[in-house]
Amino acid sequence: MAHTDKVSYWELITNGIVKENTIFKLALSLCPSIAVTSGLKNGVLMGAAVLFVQVMVNITISLMRKFIHPKVRLPIFMLVISGWVTVTDMSMAAAVPDVYKQMGLYIQLIVAFASILARAEMFASKNKIAPSMADGIGMGIGFLFALTVISFFRELIGKGSLWGMPIVDAKPLLIMILPAGGFFAVGILMAFFNWIDIKFLKKGVSASH
Amino acid sequence: MAEIKKEHQLIVSVSPHIKSEETTSRIMWSVTASLLPATIMGAYFFGPRAIFTVAISIIAAVLSEYIFQKALNRKIAVSDGSAVLTGLLLGMNLPPSVPFYIPIIGSFVAIIITKQLFGGLGFNVFNPALIGRAFLLISFPKLMTIWKEPTAAFVHLDAKTTATPLGILKEEGVAKLMEVFGDKINLYTQLFVGHRAGSIGETSAIALLIGAAFLLYRGYISWHIPASFLGTAAVIAWIFGGLSGKGGALFAGDPIVHLLSGGMLLGAFFMATDYVTCPSVKKGQILFGIGCGFLTMLIRLKGGYPEGVMFAILIINCFSPLIDRGFKTRVFGAIKETKAKEIKK
Repeated sequence: MAHTDKVSYWELITNGIVKENTIFKLALSLCPSIAVTSGLKNGVLMGAAVLFVQVMVNITISLMRKFIHPKVRLPIFMLVISGWVTVTDMSMAAAVPDVYKQMGLYIQLIVAFASILARAEMFASKNKIAPSMADGIGMGIGFLFALTVISFFRELIGKGSLWGMPIVDAKPLLIMILPAGGFFAVGILMAFFNWIDIKFLKKGVSASH
Repeated sequence: MAEIKKEHQLIVSVSPHIKSEETTSRIMWSVTASLLPATIMGAYFFGPRAIFTVAISIIAAVLSEYIFQKALNRKIAVSDGSAVLTGLLLGMNLPPSVPFYIPIIGSFVAIIITKQLFGGLGFNVFNPALIGRAFLLISFPKLMTIWKEPTAAFVHLDAKTTATPLGILKEEGVAKLMEVFGDKINLYTQLFVGHRAGSIGETSAIALLIGAAFLLYRGYISWHIPASFLGTAAVIAWIFGGLSGKGGALFAGDPIVHLLSGGMLLGAFFMATDYVTCPSVKKGQILFGIGCGFLTMLIRLKGGYPEGVMFAILIINCFSPLIDRGFKTRVFGAIKETKAKEIKK
């Protein structure tokens, strides 16, 4: 993965959004993609929180990478991640208390997200600060994008509204805001993005080795 | 070299050597035919609206199948009758008065999400028609529980809404059920004929039994699943059915009411026996049926819904592959691994 000299920052960012999209391609961190995406507002805020944590963790780990002994690297990564999650958690509790009431638990759960630890281990601990930041931004935006798309469709179909405002005046498909509908939405969107990948980008086969 | 006469030639070919005339499409169309009596009874009791709902459901199912197979350049297999059967079963499981888009959404979910996305006929884990109905029940809880009072002919277009026997049993108890239907004999007769509120195709026990007898006679379904399903449900209904309400006692339930109401017969004979989603080993099928019966009665007596057949079958569907593994027949001549080790020693 230490291939930053040849790869531009732009490619690092798009890699996280398209080729290695956390949810649609790597199928990591699926828990929040179902649990908090019943409304667009929750989905976007969750995505933003993860974007922030991912970037800050990548920068911190990259700064510290020369001082971390390989044998204790995982506990140290976890400490850094929980530190930044605590920062996010407290800021959100102060800034948007009503949303925090609904999804506070999931904000704290960001600590356990596979995607964040994976990027710290695979990328930030082996690369300089600037590329690590680019990678964090790409991964975070990819996650934000996925959560936004999922919650967009789930709220539109399940409640007939967007960001809490009623849009469609028809009987909503109630199942879409229930957990089962979350699985439907993630599955169908995953299939759709993979289909685009194979059909138009022709990278579907090589990206998955 | 001398020419060998045709009748003396040894022809080597790949098995199977003896082929049955039964094909998938023949079985599917037979099951469809066996459901017709119940559908006709439903149409008789609930009027043109019921026919309309079933028809839309079938058309939507067939179209979904056709469009999906066309879009994916797969072989168009609409004529095998499986989509028609799924549509018919879904239609029969809907309340008579649903708006037209309900069967369309249900058929779409049943055919595309439950069947085709899992790989088509033979690969689906769950019964498509039941998933379609479960999707609708969860999405439109109010519309899916408006039950029309049956009318004896095609005359009354605007029938009153009422509760199903199971709904009455759940909400108000046995006494109220007796009050509505008069005496016990009348209750049994009405349930047996199908003169009660319920889904279009589930009400008439006699029509369902005629269809089931036909399938059993032709050997398309075996007795294992229906017998163990209905048997377990009857036993549980008899033991625990009387416990609800004041002064309840063990062994005081009425198994006949439970067997004849709700979707019990339709589920036991036509849905649980779906070849794709039930275990293929006979012993396993009995366990499958017991599980269905147990869960059905658990939901009916203790759960939030008055009827549990649909969820029971769907939940037990998940266990089918496991049950098949558990009751795997012994390979001829093979011995168990532990025994083989002993022999080696």
